[in-house]
Amino acid sequence: MSEVVKIKNLHKSFGKNEILKGIDFSVNYGEVVCLIGSSGSGKSTLLRCINMLEHADKGEILFHGENVLEKGYDVTKYRAKLGMVFQQFNLFDNKTVLDNCTVGQIKVLKKNKEEARQIAMKYLEKVGMDAYINAKPRQLSGGQKQRVAIARALSMEPEALLFDEPTSALDPEMVGEVMKVMKDLADSGLTMLVVTHEMSFARDVSNRVVFMDKGVIVEDDIPANIFNNPKNERTREFLKRAIEKY
Amino acid sequence: MATKTFWDWVGAIVSNYGQMFLSGAGTTMLIAITGTIIGFLIGLIVAIIRTIPVLPQDNKAKKVILKVANAIMAIYIEVFRGTPMMVQAMIVYYGLMEAFKIDLDPLTAGILIVSINTGAYMSEIVRGGIESIDEGQFDAAHAIGMTHWQTMTNVILPQAIRNILPATGNEFVINIKDTSVLNVISVTELFFATKTVKGIALRTFETFFVAGVIYLVLTFTVTRILRFIEKKMDGDDSYTIMASSSMPDQQFIKIRGGKHEHRQWLHDESDQK
Ligand SMILES: Nc1ncnc2c1ncn2[C@@H]1O[C@H](COP(=O)(O)OP(=O)(O)OP(=O)(O)O)[C@@H](O)[C@H]1O
Ligand SMILES: [Mg+2]
Repeated sequence: MSEVVKIKNLHKSFGKNEILKGIDFSVNYGEVVCLIGSSGSGKSTLLRCINMLEHADKGEILFHGENVLEKGYDVTKYRAKLGMVFQQFNLFDNKTVLDNCTVGQIKVLKKNKEEARQIAMKYLEKVGMDAYINAKPRQLSGGQKQRVAIARALSMEPEALLFDEPTSALDPEMVGEVMKVMKDLADSGLTMLVVTHEMSFARDVSNRVVFMDKGVIVEDDIPANIFNNPKNERTREFLKRAIEKY
Repeated sequence: MATKTFWDWVGAIVSNYGQMFLSGAGTTMLIAITGTIIGFLIGLIVAIIRTIPVLPQDNKAKKVILKVANAIMAIYIEVFRGTPMMVQAMIVYYGLMEAFKIDLDPLTAGILIVSINTGAYMSEIVRGGIESIDEGQFDAAHAIGMTHWQTMTNVILPQAIRNILPATGNEFVINIKDTSVLNVISVTELFFATKTVKGIALRTFETFFVAGVIYLVLTFTVTRILRFIEKKMDGDDSYTIMASSSMPDQQFIKIRGGKHEHRQWLHDESDQK
């Protein structure tokens, strides 16, 4: 198996608080990896470090064998190859649904308008939002916004897609529509790294589950092992609480 | 012959010197419009430069250049916001003449002064506008690989500019009034023209009354036009549902109103026409 990203001994502090305390892990092509852990354990920070929205202090992030933290590495090009879906959707409020999905292709990938439109339509169709191309984000429900955000990320045709709690800001009745899109993407072979509190998604859809606690990776295994016989006491406790809660 | 009333004088002044008032008003508007537009552009550029993020992996030269540029811009903003435009006008016009033998004509000097003065205010206004935009908009733009420039021009500034339109309009109105201080460097704007008329007609009250009315008409008209542009920019709150392969039975339905009505449509399709 070859890796999309391989992370070695990654450290990140905010002021005096060390949030990531030496992270080692990797995501392979075609894999769906779920990152779970309690609030404040550093999951978002790790995801943001991976696509350089935050700058890690120490360690390596290898992408095609090159360390992206190296001085002079083309960060914008790298980011274009990793999609990101945010908890708060973060659609461009000044742009229509279609323009949200074409602007990156046109400005960053330098595609022409027509080609960008066709690619955008393909992915908007995939998430069931192609009927709304003229709508502005403020006119959409949360679930619709998140599906457009996924189409926007897919329109860049990235090598992997990172999700940071994509359903946590949604009303319960809208979680299903987004989860369904994500499951379809997983089935289609897209490489995904998903921070989630949806244990059913982690258990049933992912190939691997990574449990993080207090800035370190405690356990990294196939879902069957994590959910049925976790090796670590902290994993066991977290899952017990998580399953009671949801 | 009966003595002239106030309105007689006003009428006489307008019919005799109307042309002078008009050309003064024209100059005032020319300076105010040009100065506001250039000042606005200065504000945008300054704000874009001041928001360039410095990353730990950036090279030393970039960090030093940005530091120096930021310091210069901070001084520029402080100096031009902290001193009266009348003083700035005297220093720029006579200062350039004496120190560098640059002999600007008063109109050019006037436009220059109003532009850089407005630029200082606009820099702060644009910065506020940018800071009011959600962090998530920056994150999303960066996450699809946009550079700082692309992020600013495609995502952040269009939203920030909409938000600061009222403040920008306010600057414009202030400029219409404040060009009057340029009479100290003999720019023949409305206030200068009024003083000239007063010198000939020898009626201070009526002459300045006419000037006041003209200023009011100018600012009032400009305010209305700006309000109209704001409305236009917000667009109407509707969009068209397109024929869709994933939702084949819904075709070209125009949705009116905001989120609320839209949801109603989702749940209750038959009622909406
Ligand atoms: N920009 C920041 N500045 C300072 N501290 C931060 C910043 N971002 C995150 N932190 C801190 O880092 C810690 C980890 O945050 P992070 O968002 O990575 O956790 P998380 O695992 O994603 O939690 P959650 O499940 O609540 O999203 C928290 O204590 C948080 O307060
Ligand atoms: Mg988080």
